[in-house]
Amino acid sequence: MTQPLARPSRKNPLRKTRLPLSPHGARSRTAHGLTMAAAEGRFALQTCADCGKIVYPPRDACPACLSPRLPYKDVDGRGLLVAETTIRVSTEPYFRERMPWRIGTVCLDAGPALVAHLHGDTREGERVRLELKLDKSGAPVVLALPEKDTRHMQDDPQMRELTCDPKFRRVLITDGRTAVGQALAKAFSEVGSSIVFVGIADTWKPFTSMEALHGIAGVEIVPFDITDTESVQEQAEQNGGRIDIIVNTAEHIRAGGIIDRRGITIAREEMDVRYFGLMRLAQAFGPVMRFRAADGVNSAAAIVNLLSVYALMNWPAYGAHSAAEAACLSATQSLRAELRAGGVRMVNVFFGPLETEWFQTVPPPKVAPAALARAVIEALQKGLEDVFVGDIAEDVRARLAVNPKALERELTG
Amino acid sequence: MRSSQRQAYDDVVLCAPVTVAYRRYSINTAHWWIGRALRALTKQAGLRHKDLDGLTVSSFTVGPDTAIGLTQHFGLSPRWLDHVPFGGASGIVALRRAARAVQAGDADLVACLAGDTNHVDSFRKTLQTFSRFAQDAVYPYGSGGANASFALIARNYMNTYGARREDFGKICVAQRDNAQAVPHALMKKRLTLEEYMAARAISDPIHLFDCVMPCAGAEAFLVCRETTARSLGLEPVRLLSTIERHNAFPEDAIQVRGGWAVDAGELWSMAGVAPDDVDFAETYDDYPVISMMQLEDLGFCKKGEAAEFVRAHTLTNDGSFPHNTCGGQLSVGQAGAAGGYLGLVEAVRQLTDTALGTQVPNARIGLVSGFGMINYDRGLASGAAILARAA
Repeated sequence: MTQPLARPSRKNPLRKTRLPLSPHGARSRTAHGLTMAAAEGRFALQTCADCGKIVYPPRDACPACLSPRLPYKDVDGRGLLVAETTIRVSTEPYFRERMPWRIGTVCLDAGPALVAHLHGDTREGERVRLELKLDKSGAPVVLALPEKDTRHMQDDPQMRELTCDPKFRRVLITDGRTAVGQALAKAFSEVGSSIVFVGIADTWKPFTSMEALHGIAGVEIVPFDITDTESVQEQAEQNGGRIDIIVNTAEHIRAGGIIDRRGITIAREEMDVRYFGLMRLAQAFGPVMRFRAADGVNSAAAIVNLLSVYALMNWPAYGAHSAAEAACLSATQSLRAELRAGGVRMVNVFFGPLETEWFQTVPPPKVAPAALARAVIEALQKGLEDVFVGDIAEDVRARLAVNPKALERELTG
Repeated sequence: MRSSQRQAYDDVVLCAPVTVAYRRYSINTAHWWIGRALRALTKQAGLRHKDLDGLTVSSFTVGPDTAIGLTQHFGLSPRWLDHVPFGGASGIVALRRAARAVQAGDADLVACLAGDTNHVDSFRKTLQTFSRFAQDAVYPYGSGGANASFALIARNYMNTYGARREDFGKICVAQRDNAQAVPHALMKKRLTLEEYMAARAISDPIHLFDCVMPCAGAEAFLVCRETTARSLGLEPVRLLSTIERHNAFPEDAIQVRGGWAVDAGELWSMAGVAPDDVDFAETYDDYPVISMMQLEDLGFCKKGEAAEFVRAHTLTNDGSFPHNTCGGQLSVGQAGAAGGYLGLVEAVRQLTDTALGTQVPNARIGLVSGFGMINYDRGLASGAAILARAA
């Protein structure tokens, strides 16, 4: 059984800081089908479109019928752990720092045998279920979990290495004035985050729920204005060395397209909050997070960016807003590459219209702030990279995959 | 599917066994090591290297070159050329092709060469880029290299057939005894079963003395007709039969057998001898569990009974069933692809009374088997040859 994690004590400055390292992250182009599934938390393997054989490792021809049509499809991840080994000597510095390391051969009920990382609660000869995870290099790996959930299983060292679990980690929520920011503060507190820093711009300005925010265990209100470089820098200097997860909740939502708006003042604000805001955040906190990404139980783990799903395809009713979100999305792709050097995960959480004041005129379905907060926590616990929350977001993603042009036309309707 | 009886190798022979003494690490290139083997080969045969009209090369570290680049590098103009990048099966595969080329008259003198260097960090780099499947589906899992892959195979073999670590140890200890008189063996300190059992774990159940030591070195031999060998004053060794098989039994969830199990019958019938007639065996010993699989699959004992077979024999050159008579890779080291030549070169020496270490008394027939290329979770290539002393 997994030993529950002990709350980490203050860092002893005399002990070595474990520097961030990555396992070998190179993959073939075909294997990136696994990356896509892992990023979304699905277990998908290549399944021959002609003969139905499930294939692993990733190939470009089916070994049963030579068909080149091998799309990735979700498959049942259950199987038997036939053999295991505990590796004590490794050629890669990343694993040398984490020895011993268990791996095993799992025979999937669905067919192939897979070499997998092993959760501590798996046993040779017993049944397991496989999940795809992203490792510190951002590359996909297979993790075998015990067939049924076990107590404290999230605390297993290999599991924790492949996820960004908020337990005992310190979180910064960039804007606590929003309903989503407040829901997130409550959610992080509930899953055992050590400190939840909640940023408030112009703290002297009162807002509803201020009292409630103060009442949440572990919450610490800090002055933070994402549109003010100095304010962001100041907070990074103050607490940057002990912030492990950042959730960027800064929002700026106004209706209107490009022509119909007068001038670019609002568009500038949108870009300032969303695009330049993310840039300020990344420049101030990114370097220290990258450095601290392997430093024990409460190492730096992730930056979560909340994004309108219309970042993926413009919704002209909120056309300028969508464009700012798209800029923000593009920036996260660069950040993802830049943060990977330290193994810090860049998580994008896409959602449709929220159940908040800014979307009053939009018909349902809408996403409740609490649901969005739950999705963020789950994404961190599972180690996801791309998350779609709510029916609209799922709908847009699905339509985008089938025919982007159709989606573009239909969003203008 | 087999349509015809395989043709015998007639008077094709192996001769001029060459070993370039191994070193743990080398600052030289693979070209340097292979070049030295070629030089030693021509010297032993009394030939100018330009007289060689066939060349086959095996090496992991000669990249970006292949055999074609080496022709210019070494100043050769062969009319028959091959590159065999099959790791531990390279020797058998190269021999098979060279033998048929000589038999058909496509070449008269084929130099078979294998060599690798070992720079301080070249082993890790070889592992990282060993194969696409390894890159995608093995190396990111702890980067334990072959040790981890064979640990899973060994673990499953032990679970399935009841082999014990002591049985693996018996093979390692006996080979270390056989290595005592071999001048270039990297590991010659005598090994006891107690020391074997007490060694540190590398990747359970693989412990220190189950692992070969990566090193630099080269091995070579010449393939030609018996008359050619005699005219050069070289002691020939006859080739009775060979087999080769790749990716056998893909349906086995974990490897418990190799391609030998498909083709062993043909190996013995083509040679016209039986396992009992063999005076010594050189199996591919990157790990003792693989030697056990070879003993079973090649017909020396039944499947799952290799542990008992090992217990029943000394496996030493002076005892019953001499096995890996120069100490094998477990004692002399694994010089990359040259590891796939080691057994053949040693067998040629045993059958011409030129063993560098101890000679197996009255050795007339020897078996050599090869195994290689852990592409994903198992060794894909397997091969074997039966060699005989020339009359």
